[in-house]
Amino acid sequence: MTVSTNESVTVDASRLLDWYEQMALIRQTEKAAYDLFMSGAVKGTTHLAAGHEAVAVGTSAALRDDDYVFATYRGHHHAIARGAAPVECLAELMSKATGLCAAKGGSMHLTKADKGMLGSYAIVGSHLPIAAGAAWSAKLRGTEQIAVAFFGDGATNIGAFHEALNLAAVWKLPVLFVCENNFYMEYTPIASVTSVPNPAADRASAHGLPASIINGNDVVEVHDAMKLAVDRARAGDGPTVIEAQTYRHYGHSRTDPAKYRPADEVERWMQRDPLLITRNRLTELGIEAADIEAADARAAKAVQAAVEEAKNAPSPDPATAFTDVWADGGAAWRN
Amino acid sequence: MAELTTYREAVSEGLAREMRRDPSVVCLGEDIGAAEGVFKTTTGLFAEFGPERIWDTPISEQAIVGAAMGAAMTGLRPVAEIMFSDFFACCYDYLANEIPKVRYMTGGQVTVPLVVRTANGGGLGFGAQHSQAVENWVFTVPGLKIAAPSTPADVVGLMASAVRSDDPVIFFEHKGLFGTKGETAPPNHVVPLGEASVVRPGNDVTLVALASTVKTALSAADQLAGEDISVEVVDLRCLVPLDAKTVLASVARTSHLVLVEENPYQGGWGATVASIVADEGFELLDAPIRRVAAECVPLPFADALEDAVIPTVDKVIDAVRRLAAF
Repeated sequence: MTVSTNESVTVDASRLLDWYEQMALIRQTEKAAYDLFMSGAVKGTTHLAAGHEAVAVGTSAALRDDDYVFATYRGHHHAIARGAAPVECLAELMSKATGLCAAKGGSMHLTKADKGMLGSYAIVGSHLPIAAGAAWSAKLRGTEQIAVAFFGDGATNIGAFHEALNLAAVWKLPVLFVCENNFYMEYTPIASVTSVPNPAADRASAHGLPASIINGNDVVEVHDAMKLAVDRARAGDGPTVIEAQTYRHYGHSRTDPAKYRPADEVERWMQRDPLLITRNRLTELGIEAADIEAADARAAKAVQAAVEEAKNAPSPDPATAFTDVWADGGAAWRN
Repeated sequence: MAELTTYREAVSEGLAREMRRDPSVVCLGEDIGAAEGVFKTTTGLFAEFGPERIWDTPISEQAIVGAAMGAAMTGLRPVAEIMFSDFFACCYDYLANEIPKVRYMTGGQVTVPLVVRTANGGGLGFGAQHSQAVENWVFTVPGLKIAAPSTPADVVGLMASAVRSDDPVIFFEHKGLFGTKGETAPPNHVVPLGEASVVRPGNDVTLVALASTVKTALSAADQLAGEDISVEVVDLRCLVPLDAKTVLASVARTSHLVLVEENPYQGGWGATVASIVADEGFELLDAPIRRVAAECVPLPFADALEDAVIPTVDKVIDAVRRLAAF
């Protein structure tokens, strides 16, 4: 039971069901994060990735365990797709000592370095050169690792985007530039502030790079597009720009109700919910509804347990504010 | 007599020694390869180490420093060159928001063992956008180590420590010192980060200086000796870690302190050193702390104008005389 999405790639049903469960886990985590934020248990801000799950899970499935991933402040889905547990993420959001970053990072900086997830960066576009550097390092060390930089449509109008694409092209680096185009730069339609219709893909040719525009809500399509780009990068043929079209289910951040988005547009995209698309694919492949529901139930249960565990986790010792500035673990700047 | 070398040659020598020692050290920057650097501070490196370890970049300061950061997080020890320190403004996000914070905000999950080298400072008539002393730009950001050597031997010794450091180091090379000569660094010379040096002992007044102002302070001390004012000169060598102990110990001997800094008075590093001495060494002082810093205007072009703005030997002598007579 397989579905062929192009000549070279096929996905079998059990693997697709696994991807579905990962996406459901992300969706449930984001719902929990929203509820916890609204209840006051999460301070500061959150940028939820519900709706973007297929980009993270489809890409991650095309990567090796030792590849590098760099994400943005909307990065919970990438942390989880690379192996962070929901409890580590939620504990971080809830300012708990057991959080991914020991409560020093917060929602915008989720990082799981031992899984190659090398950070979530909250200065728009800043991590594209950093990802290029990780790819450069892999190339010099001869490890055949690759790096992936995920970024939003808004990042394509920032200088670092263009500096990174040019450098990566000139040095033929094994890096993927993956734009999660959700059509809104914060509260502003990206089309109204951008000179080309496809903010990332249309800029790729200016740097001599190949690009593709894909349905970022279809995990199979995402996986297949990434696999081609990953193989290309690993073979030494350089970077690829992939623009994955997707849509946020929540507002930009915090309590933004996203009223600037027309109701019919929202409705259209809800019909293209990545979980819905995958459920339909699974049904086509003959997976029973009960098996899909069981995956949903496992995800919901896991996140529920994660919320409870995170709530009960200890707060950080204030003394840890003065650790890990330096590699020796300390923070001394003078004698 | 010991063998002499130029400060400029010491930069190349310091880099070459570390690159020979550790294959994970790689350099990147504008014109640093076959062209050997616009200040000729990477002479011989491309010939010895080749294009796999000496990388010419486009004029893309964000890409240079950003790529160095990504490489440092994944197993290399990159040394990035930013041609003029004024261009730190073009990649300040990496110096202020990314490099110094990524270890901390990930709860210690990553390290960033990199060096950003740059030609800093004035005195050569390059005008307002190529002459600034900007050590205070990075001194405001917790999470960066800062070295600024004043002699060829210290260039080599501090470069060794900077490259070997598992923390990010900003390495200021002073444009006005490139042609100056000093003793050649002995083999395996290492100067630890954060150790100031008393380069001239004295009894009456302490001058604390950094990079080019060490030379200025020493010239002033020579002249003041003829007036029977005994001046001690402390070369800080690093701003972070800051060797406050050596400064306080010197003030304990002289009871008079003048800080000689090339960055502007407003927000200059001397203000922090002065505040430490005021907090922790108030009872050691017999007179107010004085700062001879750059004036708070952009750096002008003409020599006569530039001299009016940056610290000079005459300005230091004047400050010391007034203090000695306080």
